[in-house]
Amino acid sequence: MFPALALSMQQLQPAASLPLLSCLRRAYSTSGAAAATNWFSHVEMAPRDPILGVTEKFLADKNPDKINLGVGAYRDDNGQPVVLESVREAERRVAGSHFMEYLPIGGLRDFVSESVKLAYGDDSPVVAAGQVAAVQSLSGTGSCRLFAEFQRRFMPHSSVYIPVPTWSNHHNIWRDAGVAQNGYRYYKPETRGLDFEGLMEDIKNAPNGSVFLLHACAHNPTGVDPTPEQWQAMSKLMLDKSHFAFFDMAYQGFATGDCTRDAAAIRIFIDDGHRVGLSQSYAKNMGLYGQRVGCFSLVCDSAAEAAKVESQMKLIARPMYSNPPLHGALLVSKILHDADLKQQWYQEVGVMAARIKDMRGLLRHNLQQLGSPHNWQHITDQIGMFCYTGMSGEMVDTLAAAHSIYMTRNGRISMAGVNTKNVARLAEAMHAVTKEAKM
Amino acid sequence: MASAMKTTASPRYGPGAPQRAALLNKPAAAVVTNGSRLAGVEMAPPDPILGVSEAFKASKDPNKLNLGVGAYRTEELQPLVLEVVKKAEQKMLAAGYNKEYLPIEGLDAFRQATVQLLLGSDSAAVKEGRVAVLQALSGTGSLRVGAAFIARFMKGTTVYISNPTWGNHRNIFGDEGVEWKYYRYFDPDTVGLDFKGMVEDLTAAPDGSIVLLHGCAHNPTGVDPTPQQWQEIADLCKAKGHMPFFDVAYQGFATGDLDKDAFAPRLFVDNGLEVMVAQSYSKNLGLYGERVGALNVVLSDADAAKSVLSQLKRLARAIWSNPPTHGARIAAEVVGDADMFELWKSEMAGMAGRIAKVRGELQAALESRCPDRDWSFITKQIGMFSFTGMTPQQVDNMTNKHAVFMTRDGRISLAGLSSSKVAYLADAIVDSVRNH
Repeated sequence: MFPALALSMQQLQPAASLPLLSCLRRAYSTSGAAAATNWFSHVEMAPRDPILGVTEKFLADKNPDKINLGVGAYRDDNGQPVVLESVREAERRVAGSHFMEYLPIGGLRDFVSESVKLAYGDDSPVVAAGQVAAVQSLSGTGSCRLFAEFQRRFMPHSSVYIPVPTWSNHHNIWRDAGVAQNGYRYYKPETRGLDFEGLMEDIKNAPNGSVFLLHACAHNPTGVDPTPEQWQAMSKLMLDKSHFAFFDMAYQGFATGDCTRDAAAIRIFIDDGHRVGLSQSYAKNMGLYGQRVGCFSLVCDSAAEAAKVESQMKLIARPMYSNPPLHGALLVSKILHDADLKQQWYQEVGVMAARIKDMRGLLRHNLQQLGSPHNWQHITDQIGMFCYTGMSGEMVDTLAAAHSIYMTRNGRISMAGVNTKNVARLAEAMHAVTKEAKM
Repeated sequence: MASAMKTTASPRYGPGAPQRAALLNKPAAAVVTNGSRLAGVEMAPPDPILGVSEAFKASKDPNKLNLGVGAYRTEELQPLVLEVVKKAEQKMLAAGYNKEYLPIEGLDAFRQATVQLLLGSDSAAVKEGRVAVLQALSGTGSLRVGAAFIARFMKGTTVYISNPTWGNHRNIFGDEGVEWKYYRYFDPDTVGLDFKGMVEDLTAAPDGSIVLLHGCAHNPTGVDPTPQQWQEIADLCKAKGHMPFFDVAYQGFATGDLDKDAFAPRLFVDNGLEVMVAQSYSKNLGLYGERVGALNVVLSDADAAKSVLSQLKRLARAIWSNPPTHGARIAAEVVGDADMFELWKSEMAGMAGRIAKVRGELQAALESRCPDRDWSFITKQIGMFSFTGMTPQQVDNMTNKHAVFMTRDGRISLAGLSSSKVAYLADAIVDSVRNH
């Protein structure tokens, strides 16, 4: 009884509830060894994160043959996490440098300038002209959050248009930043491909000056990307509508295996005269997941404007985390600065992308061999780490409960978790849950 | 210039764009201007603390002295990476750890180590599972998640912060939309604690407010309550139903003893209060740039701890998803290994010892140059900082004439002072307070 009363009293303005509340609190506090106050009994258990919660369930499963196809973290053919050789070498070179001082609020300058060149191109005119305001950030999440806060402050009447579907955390980020969100059509279940007409219509119908979140390559969760021609059309229409393009690039190198090709969409927009925003992450392409390394940039009209914009980015970052973590940025900077290490890294990204492509082929082949009645072409059509299988939430639940195979409930599987040892069992399990169903 | 404009000018915003007229008739929701979308963005002022370091770096004065940011320096005025940290890194390199994502709540070994360091290895709250622990990006990140939690689950509650306090506190709560107010803290006349004013203000605050307290080595003043005063504050919080929120950024730097420096939060927890505590390992483990810290919420029961942790995770997920591994592994190695922990304790005592020594030397130097003033506050104040009481004009003189870089509130970081520079600094201070 007491906790419930305390709860309702807490929800009143403190001043209004003064006498009764303090009476309750004092009554509560005489319970000897128990806590004097009870502030948080009204706090409910939050739902598990739909992506990271999958790993939690996977870890709890005792089946030795369990398969984790949840979070997009690369695994080798033995299902083991990988630390790239180029990263290990960078680590050896960095070890013993014994510098742990605070980075500036905007991060390691070398890291930032190399990142900007990697994304926009070594000879990008906007980079050369100093028009790119950029700060080191906490991987993709941190970049998106900085932008969402920036949008709320400096584009206060705009809402963000987010593709349907998208990485679930995008919704959390913009919501917590207090920015209104809308969806735009993206994935067409009938074709398991891009709903291009719907997408263009939604771009056209959005109020001028809206902010559009675009996945630069290897769309998460669908793996469905626009073609270069489609990107061109989107760019032109978005210019006509004065829309702001914010790119989330978490997989540069993972889509085609080629970092330059994977950044093509951004460069199309820049060439057309867009002033874009960009979130870059090194979690996947350099395997630096836990180091939290990323870069947030905004293309401005001039170097003078960029300086001002950058100062405001820092004003947002300082009360969030003061300055970004050092270690990962040192590694990235080492790799991008050194011609040999950079080459080695390019090759290693190519290897990762190639293995995933092979697994796509194998999975599709296995399903076909099993006599599946369904068309699994999308497995090889889709690109990047993820495959949007088209399986339902109920099928996903059965795969977890009966087969110890874990994925997010939207039917997305991380192809990085597939290998030559488990692909046959995966195909059998998928066949078992889908053969009777309409898909 | 012309060619740069040619390659970079956006055709959309060029003169005579036919769509512009139509756009001007659009409703307010359309945010299109003649020029850049971001043309209205103004230059933000440099950070009052971190900006000092930038100014110091830019200065070419051979005598320049950086007493700005609270980062420990050796007698040679060099940054220090602790031996124990180097050892931990070597172990980690040899072990070849992978770089996978940590869980949202952070590295388990670190979380266990950090709460024990804070509350003691025999803490009932820890044994009973009553503490929600979230690894976060140092003190700032821990405070920020705490502020976000307050904004969401304690709507309408005001946070009371000391006057003065670390400048970033205001921005952290402000950016989460949490209202903050000052309570009196520093008495410029005694250059000590205005305890009467503090008690008055916290008593006048509405029941159930949040009180931000510095666990030890108050920043920027160096003035801490006595144990007796801490007990009185705890009693006041209980009577008023206030929730204490401790900022523990200097555990080890006050007395040189890690356990002694945790006295205040432990006292409050033992008194049965639910508290929030933000911890940082930037200074005491010298892990500044690796951003290692934790937000601890001590609850009255284990179920509440589980729920609160789940909500902290949800908030952190939308800021950084999961915290950085490197620094947390170092901290876990150090705190979790008996030998490393002993080594750390001695290095911690060494750092605190050097600061205490240099405080004594500075006080003596000031007393000999300016005996008509009371300089005893220099050794009475605790931790990295000294609140000198200098005015902004006097501070400007310190910087412009003497190339002594410090924050404009009169705070100096003793951690940045060497014995060999004591005389120089004393001269500068005496000149500034006498002549400006």
